[in-house]
Amino acid sequence: MKLKSRKKYNTLLVTLSGDIDHHSAQEISEGIARDFRHSHCKNIIINFSDVSFMDSSGIGMLIGRYKETEIFGGRLAAVSISRELMKIFKVSGLYKIINCYDNENLALEAFRGE
Amino acid sequence: MENRFHMEFSAVSENESFARLCISAFLLPCDPTVNDMTDIKTAVSEAVTNAIIHGYEGVENGIVTLDARLEKNILHIKVSDTGKGIANIEEARKPLFTTGSDRERSGMGFTVMEAFTDKMAVESEVGKGTTVTMQKRLKCYG
Repeated sequence: MKLKSRKKYNTLLVTLSGDIDHHSAQEISEGIARDFRHSHCKNIIINFSDVSFMDSSGIGMLIGRYKETEIFGGRLAAVSISRELMKIFKVSGLYKIINCYDNENLALEAFRGE
Repeated sequence: MENRFHMEFSAVSENESFARLCISAFLLPCDPTVNDMTDIKTAVSEAVTNAIIHGYEGVENGIVTLDARLEKNILHIKVSDTGKGIANIEEARKPLFTTGSDRERSGMGFTVMEAFTDKMAVESEVGKGTTVTMQKRLKCYG
């Protein structure tokens, strides 16, 4: 599992690649939390285009990041979710609390429009 | 045609991806759809993760057993541990139920297993261990 992040406006753009399971979830959580703190951003966008697998450990990780952005009055968005990954977003009800967009630009536009 | 495999591995989190790889490789010859493959990998990952983090919580040298049997296009999976067991299965199966550890757990493991397979059953005895059985009809091309 790899994690890259960069800052755009007041949003931290995170790109994950590889598998998100219980083994990798803690490292991802800590990595995003650390980058988010250092960035002084308000929002987080997580890009899933290179994520090959996610189980319910990923749901826990995302809920954790959702709570963190909420503290700063910010938002969390998930983008570029494959059809296979979307199933776990739907089953868990995650898509009801986390906005999903086709790509980073659409999520950034939605954040700026608020 | 019937095909089966049986494997045992250490209850360590590195083996979650190993278990997913094994079930994928087992199913490849029957050329399953991408959706079915994802569903099976996810369900197995949930069951194996539960065995590692709940079954063998605080226990070293735990062993997880994975059995798979493919009978025509019906896949039978069994994931077992000989760990601490579940006192209240009904409660554990409820969505969002977690044992309240401080880690970021979603409590959706059993819900995902149910949603991603056709049948799922849990047998458990406190102090003896837990066995999860799952069944799924695959849309095979092979």
